[in-house]
Amino acid sequence: MDMNAYLSMFIDESNDHLQSLNENLLQLESNPEDLSIVQSIFRSAHTLKGMSATMGFEDLAALTHEMENVLDLVRNSKLKMDSFIFDTLFKGLDALEAMVQDIIGGGTGKADVTAIVAALQSILKSDYKSGSAPSASSETSAPAGEESSASLLDQFQSSILLQSMETGHEPYYVQVTLDDNCVLKAARAYMVFDVLERTGEVVKSDPSVQDLEQEKFDRSFKVFTISTIPAASLREQIANISEIASVEVTPLDAESLASLTSAPAAAAVEAPPKPAEAEETPAAKKEAAETAKKPAAGTQAVGRTIRVDIDRLDTLMNLFSELLIDRVRLEQLASEIKRNDLTETVEHMARVSSDLQNIVLKLRMVPVDSVFNRFPRMVRDLAKSLDKKIDLVITGADTELDRTVIDEIGDPLVHLLRNSVDHGIETTAKRLEAGKPETGTINLRAYHSGNHVFIEVEEDGAGINQEKVLKTAIKNGVITEEESKKLNSNEINMLIFAPGFSTADKISDISGRGVGLDVVKTKITSLGGNVTVHSEFGKGTKFSVQLPLTLSIISAMLIKLGSEKYAIPLTSIVETGIVKRSSMLNVHGNRMIKFRNTIIPVVSLSQVLESPDYDETTEEENEMIVIRKGEKWAAVLVDEFIGQSEIVLKSLGKYLTNIHAISGATILGDGQVALIIDPNALIK
Amino acid sequence: MGEELKVIVFALGNEEYGIEVDRVRTIERLSPITRVPKTAAFIKGVINLRGVVVPVIDLRGRFNLEETAPTEHSRIIVVAVGEVEVGFIVDSANDVIDIDTDDIDTPPEIVGGIKAKYLRGIAKLGEGRLLIMLNLAEVLNRNEIVQIEQLEV
Repeated sequence: MDMNAYLSMFIDESNDHLQSLNENLLQLESNPEDLSIVQSIFRSAHTLKGMSATMGFEDLAALTHEMENVLDLVRNSKLKMDSFIFDTLFKGLDALEAMVQDIIGGGTGKADVTAIVAALQSILKSDYKSGSAPSASSETSAPAGEESSASLLDQFQSSILLQSMETGHEPYYVQVTLDDNCVLKAARAYMVFDVLERTGEVVKSDPSVQDLEQEKFDRSFKVFTISTIPAASLREQIANISEIASVEVTPLDAESLASLTSAPAAAAVEAPPKPAEAEETPAAKKEAAETAKKPAAGTQAVGRTIRVDIDRLDTLMNLFSELLIDRVRLEQLASEIKRNDLTETVEHMARVSSDLQNIVLKLRMVPVDSVFNRFPRMVRDLAKSLDKKIDLVITGADTELDRTVIDEIGDPLVHLLRNSVDHGIETTAKRLEAGKPETGTINLRAYHSGNHVFIEVEEDGAGINQEKVLKTAIKNGVITEEESKKLNSNEINMLIFAPGFSTADKISDISGRGVGLDVVKTKITSLGGNVTVHSEFGKGTKFSVQLPLTLSIISAMLIKLGSEKYAIPLTSIVETGIVKRSSMLNVHGNRMIKFRNTIIPVVSLSQVLESPDYDETTEEENEMIVIRKGEKWAAVLVDEFIGQSEIVLKSLGKYLTNIHAISGATILGDGQVALIIDPNALIK
Repeated sequence: MGEELKVIVFALGNEEYGIEVDRVRTIERLSPITRVPKTAAFIKGVINLRGVVVPVIDLRGRFNLEETAPTEHSRIIVVAVGEVEVGFIVDSANDVIDIDTDDIDTPPEIVGGIKAKYLRGIAKLGEGRLLIMLNLAEVLNRNEIVQIEQLEV
C-alpha cells in the first residue's frame, strides 16, 4: 500500500513535469532567446531526475540527467539552441514519457536510451571542444559511478546534494532508529518520509525506499535529504512521530559528501562543478539560486489541491442521490404533519442539499486543458513532418467538462486536428500562390453555452471542395447521383462524416484512410453530442463539436405509460403535443401523421415496450412526443406527460445488456427506478 | 476434514438452498421492482439498491419452477459474481450455517426439477436435512439467457 502511495504520487508528478517540459520546450522553440523558459525547463527536468532516482528508476534518471546537462549549458548561455538540439530533446521527452507509461502499466521503466544519450552527449562534446573539457569526461565516467552500487551515494545524488548546497539549501544525513517493539515498521518509515518530503526532497535512502516499504530492514535506516528547514526542527519533527527511538540529523558539507560518495564518481563529480562555478557570472548564480527557491514555494501551492479516485466521487454521488430521495420523503411528511418548525427545518435541509448537489457535480468537472495540452506538440510534429507552417491558437482551455466526457473526447479531437493539419492547411507554396500568409492558423476554441460545451477546430486552409466531395461520395456508393442533386451545401459538407469516405487523393499515414471522420462522428454522438462542419472553399473550414456538460446528468422528459414511468432525453425531443386518432393516416399499413407540412411515422411506445396496462388505441386523443434522429422524425405516443427533470444516469449493470430501446435507468424522487428510453432505437 | 464454508440458507418451495456468504452482498426485503421490457420472463426488472440499479431475477422462474406470489417472507438476495451483480427473489432467507466441503456430494442429474449444471453439489446437514448448493456462475450465465430470449421472442 505504501509503495502504491509513493508510486501513484510519482506517476502523477512525473506526468505533470513531462507536460510542463513539453509545453516549455515548445515555447522555447518559438522563442529561443528567452532564458527564463530554459530556467523552468531546467527546474522540471531537475525535479524529475531527483524523483526518479529516489524511486529507483535509473534509466529515467540517467536520461533526464543527460538532458539536464545540455539544458544547463543553454541556461548558462554556453550553448545556442538549434533545431538538432530541439529534436533531440523532444526525442528524449518521448522516451521519458514511454518509460513513465511503462511504469504506469506496472513495468520497471527500463528502456534502451543509448541512442538518445549518445546524441545528447555529442551535443555536449561539440560544445566542449571550445571550452571546458572536464565536464565531458565526467559524462563518460558517469556509468562507472552508477554501477558501483556499493557506495553510499552515486554521482547524480551527490551532484544534487552539491548543487543544493550552492543554492543555499541544507543537505542532511538523517539516521532514524525505530523502537524495539515497533510493529508497523514500514508505516513509521513512510511517516518519516512524509515529513522529509514535506520539508524538502529525499535524495537517497539506505536501505532503498522499496525495501523500507516491504519492511526489509532491521530497525534503523539512513536518508540523504535536502531540506528547507534547520536541522534542529527537522529532528524535532521526525522525533514527534511515535515509536521512533532516536533521530540523528547531521548537516553535510562538500568534504563529508565527497567521503560518502563512491571513489571513482567522486573524482568525476568534484571536478566539473568547480570550473563551472568559476565561469558562472554572479547573475547566473543568482538565477540558479532563484530556481532552487521557486520549487519550494511551488510545493506549497500544490498542497491546495488533492487527487481523488473517480470511483469515490461516484460513490459520493450515489449516496447523495439517496439523500435526495429521503429529502423528498421528508418534505412529503412535513407537508402532511403541518408543524411549522418541522417544515422550516426540512426547507433548510432542502436548501443545503441543493447547494451540496452543485458542489458534488462540480467536483467532477475538469478543465479541457488536460486534453488540449498535448495538442501543441502534436501539431508541431505533424506540421514538421509535412513541411507545413502552422500556428495552433488555443482559447478557452479553462472551460470545464465532466471527467467522463474529458476522458472520451481526446481521440475525436486528435482526429479533427490531424485532419486539419493534413487536409485543411495547404502547403506553403500553395498558400503563397493563393495570396495567403505563409503560416496557416488552426484555432482550437472551447466555450460554454447553456447546458453544452462547444469545441471548435477552425483553420484558414483550402476549405471543402464540394464537387470533389460529391464525386467521391457517388463513387464510393455513399449516395446515388439522384440523391446528390437534392443536397444543399451543408448536407454536402456533412458527407465527409459518412463511413468509408475519404477525399485525400493518396493515403497518408497522418489521416486519409477514410476511417477518421465517421469515427469522430460516431464517438461524439455516443457521448450525446453533435458535430457540424462549416466550410468556405478556398478560405477555410470550421468543425464544431457540441458536447453535454456531463454524461452523468441529463435533462429528460418524464412520461407515464399506465403504471410505469419512463424518461426520454430532452436532446432528441423536438416538440410535444396532442394528436387525434382520427387524424392519423394509414400508409401501407403504417400509421403516419402530418407534422409541420411533412408526414412522419407514428410509434406506439406501449407496443415497443410491451406495456402491461396501457393501450393508446382505447383513447380518442393521444399525447405525443416528436423525436428526432438526425434528419428523421417520428411521433411517439405516450399516456401522460409528467414533466421535465434533471436525471442522474445509471447503468443497468453487466447482467442486463443490449436491451432494445432502453439506454439506462435513473432513480426518481420517490426512490423508484425509471428506465431511460433510447429514442434512436425508435426511429428506423 | 475439508475446508469450512459459511453458507446463507434460503428456501424455494420445500427445498433448502445455499450460497457461499462471500458471494452475497446483502439481503433485502422486497422493494418495488421496475419492469424491463423485452427480457426473459424470469428477469423481473430492476430495483434501487441504495442508489445503484440492480437487476432482479426470480429464481423459481430461472429454474423453471412454478412462480408464486411474493409473501412477507420473500427476500431479495443480492449476489456478486465477478462484475455482475444480481438480486435473487427467494421465498425466505433465514439462516447462516457452517458446512464442511467434504460433506458436499456431486448432485444427481436432476434435483427437484433443477438441472445439475446449476448446482455445485448437495450438502448433508444431518437429521436428513439436505442443502442444495448453487453454482452461481452457471445460474448467471449470460449465453443461456440470450438463448432463452431468442426462444421467447
